[in-house]
Amino acid sequence: MTTVQYATFEVADQLFGLEVGRVQEVLSFSEYTPVPHAPAHVGGLFNLRGQVIAALDLRVRLGLPPTDLSDGAMNVIVRTEDEWVSLLVDRIGDVVELDDNSAEPPPDTLTGPVRNLIVATFPLADRLMLALDARAAVQAG
Amino acid sequence: MNEFEDIVQEFLVESYENLDQLDRDLIALEQEPTARDRLASIFRTIHTIKGTSGFLAFHRLEEVTHAGESLLARLRDGTQVLDRRSTDVLLLMIDVVRELLGEIERTGKEGEVEIKAVVDEVHACMTGEPPADADASPDAAVEDAPVADAPAAVAEPTQEPAPVEAAAEPVATVAEPVAEPAAAPAPAAPAADSAADPAEMESTSKRGVADSSIRVDVDLLDKLMRLVGELVLTRNQMVRAAEAANEQTLTRTAQRLNIITSELQENVMKTRMQPIKNLWSKLPRVVRDLSKACGREVELVMEGAETELDRSLLEAVKDPLTHLVRNAVDHGVEPPEEREAAGKSRTGTLLLRAYHEHGQVIVEVTDDGAGIEPAKVGATAVKRGVITEGQLAAMDTDEILKLVFRPGFSTAQKVSNVSGRGVGMDVVRTNLEAIGGAVDLKSVPGKGTTWRLTIPLTLAIVQALIVENGGKRYVIPQMAVHELVYVDSQSGGKVEYVSGAPVYRLRGKLLPLIRLTNALGGEAVGPDQDIYVAVLKGDGHQFGLVVDRVLNTEEVVVKPLAARFKDVGSYAGATILGDGEVALILDVSSLARRSHLGAVERAAAKVAGNDDDRWADDSRDRLLITRVVDRRVAIPLSMVTRLEEFPVSAVERVGSREVVQYRGRILPVLRLAQLLGAWSEDDRETLSTIVYTDGGHSVALAVDGILDIVEDAGPRSGLNDNGLNGSTVIHEKVTELLDMRQAILAADSSFFSHDDEQHSSPYLLES
Repeated sequence: MTTVQYATFEVADQLFGLEVGRVQEVLSFSEYTPVPHAPAHVGGLFNLRGQVIAALDLRVRLGLPPTDLSDGAMNVIVRTEDEWVSLLVDRIGDVVELDDNSAEPPPDTLTGPVRNLIVATFPLADRLMLALDARAAVQAG
Repeated sequence: MNEFEDIVQEFLVESYENLDQLDRDLIALEQEPTARDRLASIFRTIHTIKGTSGFLAFHRLEEVTHAGESLLARLRDGTQVLDRRSTDVLLLMIDVVRELLGEIERTGKEGEVEIKAVVDEVHACMTGEPPADADASPDAAVEDAPVADAPAAVAEPTQEPAPVEAAAEPVATVAEPVAEPAAAPAPAAPAADSAADPAEMESTSKRGVADSSIRVDVDLLDKLMRLVGELVLTRNQMVRAAEAANEQTLTRTAQRLNIITSELQENVMKTRMQPIKNLWSKLPRVVRDLSKACGREVELVMEGAETELDRSLLEAVKDPLTHLVRNAVDHGVEPPEEREAAGKSRTGTLLLRAYHEHGQVIVEVTDDGAGIEPAKVGATAVKRGVITEGQLAAMDTDEILKLVFRPGFSTAQKVSNVSGRGVGMDVVRTNLEAIGGAVDLKSVPGKGTTWRLTIPLTLAIVQALIVENGGKRYVIPQMAVHELVYVDSQSGGKVEYVSGAPVYRLRGKLLPLIRLTNALGGEAVGPDQDIYVAVLKGDGHQFGLVVDRVLNTEEVVVKPLAARFKDVGSYAGATILGDGEVALILDVSSLARRSHLGAVERAAAKVAGNDDDRWADDSRDRLLITRVVDRRVAIPLSMVTRLEEFPVSAVERVGSREVVQYRGRILPVLRLAQLLGAWSEDDRETLSTIVYTDGGHSVALAVDGILDIVEDAGPRSGLNDNGLNGSTVIHEKVTELLDMRQAILAADSSFFSHDDEQHSSPYLLES
């Protein structure tokens, strides 16, 4: 039995998880530089210890109105092959250790924008956690 | 002159290398005086230096080496045997040579280096005379030539070089003031360096050429560059903090940090520089093979091969440059027979030229081939669906030529395996723009074509102007900034409009303006006065960028934007400002491109130059060429007061006439299409008009577009129609000449009667 640790967070009351290995860090940040002409899901840019990081708004990716950045937002910094990207989320949850075998395919009822971002679902004690596909989540478009 | 310096530089490097070998050879030879091959090698080295110095007109050097050569010839031929004395003399000679080289390296001239003593010494040695000064004691030598007799001192290595140093020092100081502190301690510690050669010590800082170059891992340099980038950032923060703290010691330290960082940065940047010849070296072969394959005769000429640029940029321009060279051979230079027929030499010339200009590197690829026919380019572009006929009609020659950079365009008559592989000029352009560069072309049919690549010196750090707009700061690379203008209402400055596009009258010329807010997608229309305008140059246009505030200039580290922002196109990157906030770096060329400045610019430039002498009796009347549906209609520029654009929704009616409200008055509008009987399918939202004002009255003539302004029409044809004054050919297109009087009357039948009332002159206008 192999277990995987997931960092969890909420977007629009839905619990999501990312493999811990993918997550660089989690931080709250309030100063974003907007990027006019950029795709709608780009919340802005910010400075993380000398690196320019793009914050992608998961709400927009899920087809919801954009996150209000004016009084700070929670960033999940994700490491991908060629860059660090931040995912803007509503709230940070716990790190949970889950058994690989308990993973279920995304339910057929799951449609819309969110479907493409989900690799699996995990039924937790009281709710369902959707495991995000890190690469899909940070991809352009 | 640069080329000469290059040759000298090469000569120095080579000579230093050879001299080092020579020292070793001579020492070895002393142990084994009959080793012919060594002697021959020494002879060759000295001979080479002699030859080159003669060629470069370094006469002292030539004289010394000539003397040395004579002695060496005797030794080589066995006429004389190498002994202690001749070895000393030769070493002495070599040191003088070294000193001379050092002087040349520092000052470019031989200076006052003393050579007579050593030449005499050599001659004495050959003729077997006793040394000039008794036993050739070093002390005597010093006395004998007190000026800067380095050789004597070195001939006897145990001798303290101190006096030599002292004498030579002032020369070095003049040449290299910055490095002096480092060199100064040398005389103070002669013992430690007693064996060192004085020339070496004097020029530690500058000597660089010969034996102070080492191989360094490129990754390490890249890392250094990144770190320096971060240091620059920290420096900026530090300087800002120091200013805020207003504490003397801290301020001083910050200033020093500032200076040191700048110097460090500059030098680290230099480590990454490579001459463009590294790139060019492969091209002769490319040209040779290709001209053979295509049946061309091409001579490749290179100028400025030593021009340096950052190695990452060198890499980035490799493919575009190769493509341009291939293209020039394949499509530019004609086959020999064709060239002969055209009265040119059979052999075409392909000139590669690189040079620095305004902190950028310019690389030109010029051929003296057939040139590019704008008409052909235009036709191809239309055929390939790159543009429409209508768009083509509105373009001038330059714009038409630039169509070759559009995606989906290739002028190749047939697809060859050389440059017609779908990799068009648009790829060249894209590659260059990706590194903040640009490509442009000039072509004269029958004469040839020049492709001009503009490449930034480095990517990593740029001097930048920080502006504020909409509460956010933006960075403009200083390279693109020509000047800053404050449009002051008190001195009467304000934004004006030509064809609805904002312009500013800068020293009598109309400068097209772009409001940053609008350029970034904002809708707001800003004020027309008391605004800041940054005069920028990009994409071949000069324009003014209207911003809320101009803050300061600082060096910024360019952080490339992730791929996701590449399509956005408005930004050259991002950076972190002194206070840690991220700011976007504007891509000036892209701003210019997006704002379609070409047409406005042309109209504006000419209007500005002419509206003051409107009534001047200029026989070479200038014509404003407009488009009316699909016809070209010319209007005397003297009859154009202003170009205005109105929203179609602003058009109101008075009876059967169309009017707009303009500056508090009613302005009658006449659609020229109606007057000329052209059928217009007009679904546009704005109306381009030519406003003519006289005696306080104005009329507006609506056209479908402003095309050009030309000097002097050619011969006129009487071929006429209603509303016209004849026709002529302009730029190979039939252009109708508008009967301005009739048009004005059609717009306002009482126009000239107002005039009568006010001026009591019967007719101002004779048609």
